[in-house]
This record gives sequence, structure tokens and C-alpha cells, in this order.
Amino acid sequence: MTTAVTMTDAELKALLLENLALIAPEADLDELSADADVRDMLDIDSFDFLNFLIAVNEQTGVDIPEADYGQLISLNDIIVYLKAHA
Amino acid sequence: MGEFKMPSLGADMATGTLYEWSVAPGDRVKRGDVIAEVETDKGVIDVEIWEDGIVESLLVEAGTEVPVGAVLAIIRGEGEAAPTPEPEVVETVQASAEKAPPQAVRVPEPPQPATNGKRVRISPVARRRAQELEVDIRSVQGSGPGGAISLEDVEQAAAAAEEAEHLRVSPVARRMAEDLGIDLSKVSGSGPRGAITKADVECAAEKLRQQPETAPETVLEECVEEEKARQETAVPSPPVPAKEKPDFQTRMRRAIAAAMAKSNREIPHYYLETRIDVTRTLEWLEAENLKRSIKDRILPVVPLIKATAKALADVPEMNGFWINDELQVSEAIHIGFAVSLRQGGLVTPAIHNADMKSLDELMVDVRDVIMRTRAGRLRGSDLTDSTITLTSLGDMGVEKVYGVIYPPQVALVGFGRVIEQPWAENGMIGIRKIIAATLAGDHRASDGLRGARFLDALTKHLQEVETL
Repeated sequence: MTTAVTMTDAELKALLLENLALIAPEADLDELSADADVRDMLDIDSFDFLNFLIAVNEQTGVDIPEADYGQLISLNDIIVYLKAHA
Repeated sequence: MGEFKMPSLGADMATGTLYEWSVAPGDRVKRGDVIAEVETDKGVIDVEIWEDGIVESLLVEAGTEVPVGAVLAIIRGEGEAAPTPEPEVVETVQASAEKAPPQAVRVPEPPQPATNGKRVRISPVARRRAQELEVDIRSVQGSGPGGAISLEDVEQAAAAAEEAEHLRVSPVARRMAEDLGIDLSKVSGSGPRGAITKADVECAAEKLRQQPETAPETVLEECVEEEKARQETAVPSPPVPAKEKPDFQTRMRRAIAAAMAKSNREIPHYYLETRIDVTRTLEWLEAENLKRSIKDRILPVVPLIKATAKALADVPEMNGFWINDELQVSEAIHIGFAVSLRQGGLVTPAIHNADMKSLDELMVDVRDVIMRTRAGRLRGSDLTDSTITLTSLGDMGVEKVYGVIYPPQVALVGFGRVIEQPWAENGMIGIRKIIAATLAGDHRASDGLRGARFLDALTKHLQEVETL
């Protein structure tokens, strides 16, 4: 398993976008700013968001407790979180 | 010998298209097997069979659209001998003839005057019309039962006769021709199938006035030529839209429109709402989820489903259908869970026997139906079994949902967003996590008092989270 530690910000961002594209295939992810509220922008409900986090967990090895979901708003937030908890 | 029929996959479904067979004649099938895919307004649905047996024959080819209830396949029961269809058909006919109620016996018709030695079957209305239009009924081919001539047949015969005489004239043109003293038999028509239009008559009158010396025939030919040229250079009329199937989006919208319009037309809704303190419930869930890997975590909607199911067991009038002017309470509790689709629209697949499942089992079911709904892999039982609908719009930030009942169900439960609010209880004020629950009830099936009992039971079960 790849871990978040060894990944650059750009690699992490690519990983996140790849998983978001699976959930919201119709969205134009190039338009998604790194500071934007991901769930809001892409219209992702709690079920899809959970699936997204499951995939991120599997691919980075970072465990994300439910209590921390609130910190994961934008792409930048998620990248910062993943690096801090790697 | 069982018949596998086109199922009704929703109150609004009249026909379905057999998309693909998943079985072939000779295949052994058992209860619950998916044996066909049916295309409906809600997408392609896997349809299950509800008996064990062997596929005897497939009666409908893939791609065929048939009405709900049409027999699609014959299923032979286990151990049942291969069929001998002919005697069976005869038996059926005899049986139904014996059982036929007396009023079904055909009353002998009053004798009709014989014409040319051949009896003409014609309705009195059609006969009168034929006299008016001077149509010889002996020359009319009847399209009704037993070759009976209908009013429509007479009208068509009259129209055909008129066409044969090349005198199709619009009423306006006829009046105008009379006023102007123009002989219609000399005017060529430029309208559909050579019909003489107002423009033809006007043109003819104009030409005759300008060139009274010329032979009228020549002039009138010019009229038709001019009119034809005008029509050709004119903006072409929009092509008649090909009768092609509207896209999936449109069809889903129409299916929802039909069901919801029916609901608001027929169901006298009443609405009740209550606010529920779910602080302890959510704390419990968070602690529970902390013990689990992310894959096994339970979404907050799952306790809502379970509490609803338990409240329905307490107040069963909310769980069932309004059919034939009476409430049919369902013993089984299958909760139709509203799942929105990213491309718009929603489907409410059933979470089966929700009252009997643990939160973990329900989470598995919720995951399963959401995934299959979004992947377009629903089964017939997902769509037909729901005994009530639950919609949770908390994710979208709304506080309350006032639902429209999905007929023939008799209630819909709605949940809004969890909001931290100042909450007074036992003389104390605190900040608590509050969710608003609403009930849309069918007033034909239940009254507000029972609805209130339901919401009360829902509150109790949602707060007794350990027992869920």
C-alpha cells in the first residue's frame, strides 16, 4: 500500500480527484478550486462522501475517524489532513 | 404450470419493454432468481420469478413492449409433466363457458333488413349517418366485431367517395366559391390530397377578373402552379417529430410526474411534525463507529430507518396501501428509501423487513440499494415491495420535509438536518442536537391522532438507541 507520507501534494491531489471522478463522473474537476467545499461543489451526499473516504483510506492507509469528517472540507484540507495523519 | 407476467413496477407503470431474457427454455429457476430485464421509466430493472420450476417457453421476444400483466413466459413446476397444450386449452375454454355468467350471453340482435341477400351488421347511428351522407352500406367494409359497420366506417366511406370525385373543398372555400359564383368543379385544389382551399378560390376569382377572355381552365391551372411554387419556396413546416422514445431523464421525470400528480389528486394529505432530541443517539453512534473500521461505519440515516420500522410495528396503520377504498395494512415492513440520482430524479427502493434487521444489516442493505440504484441495477422487488417511504434530506441542509405520499402507500416519513438548538427540558436549558421528523399521512387511511402516536413512537425508539 502506498502511504500518504511518500506522496507529494500533487500526487495526493491527483488521487483525490481520481476518486471524486468516480463518484461525480459528470463534474468538471478542472474547475474545482483547491479551497472550495468539495461536497457542496460536487453535490456529494453523506453516502457518497463515506465511499470517497473509504477509497482514500484504502489507497493511503490513513484512518479517518468520524469525528474528523468536519475538517475535510476542501481538497487542500484533505491533503493537509492526510499528511498530518500519515 | 405458472405464468410469468410483466410486473407492475410502480403505480404509474402501464407498459414495460422486455429488455433481455436471463434464462432460456429448459433452464431450472428458483424463487427469487432474476429471469429477465425489463426496461421501465426508472431504468432497466432485474425482474425476479417467485416460484420454482423449469422455463417451459418464452413468449415475448427481447425488445417487445407489452402491457403490465401480459404473460411473458411459461414456467413448469418441478416434477410437472411436459405440457400437452391442446387438451389444456380445450379444458380452459369449456370451463370458462360453463362458468360464464348469464348476463354474458349474447342477446340476439333484432333482425336487420337483408340487402342483396347478405345481412349487413350496422349500428343504428351508423345507419342514420349513412343515409345522411348517401353512402351505400352494402359497399362498406365493416371493421367492428363480426364485420359490423361502425359510424367511423361510414364516415371513412363517405370521405373516400368524396375524394374519388376530386371535390375535396374546405368549408370556407365552398362558401366563397358560392359567393363569387365560381364553379368548383373547374378549380384545381392545391391543399392536402388535392383539396380546394380558400386560396385556390381567391386566386381563381382574381384571374378570372383580370383575364375574362381566357378560357377559365387555363387560368385556373396557373393558380395551382403558382400556389405550388409558393408552397415550395415557403419555410418548410417543421418535420413531424419522429416517434422516438424520450430519453431516460424525460421518462423518469414523467414517471415521477404521473405518480405525484395522482397522489395530490387522490390522497387527502395531513401533515404532522415533531422535533426530536437525538444528541444521545448520535453520541452513541459516534462511539460505536469509533470501534469500527471506516468500511463498517454506520451512517446516521440507519438508526432513522430502524426507529421508523419499530414505530410502524407500534402503529401499523401507517404501513400499507390504500386499495379498493380500504386500507390494507401490511404485516411486513419494507421501507422505501428515497435515493436521489446525480443526473436528477429519484427512486425509492425497498429496505426489506427493516424492523427485523440490526443496524449493521440495515447499513449493508442501505449500501446495497444505493449502489444498485445509482448503477441502474435495481430488481423488481426493490420497486414494488415498499410499504411506506422514508426520505432524508438532511444532507441538503433543509430542516423539514413535507412529503408527497407515493400511491398506493398511505404515509411518508421525512427527516431534515440535525441542528444544534437551545433546548429546554425539565426546567433546564441546554444546547442539543435536534432533528425534525414529519409525517405525511393519507387521511383516508388514518387520522391525525394515530399519526401523532406514530411520531411519538418514533421519538421513543430513536432515543432508545441501545435497543434499536
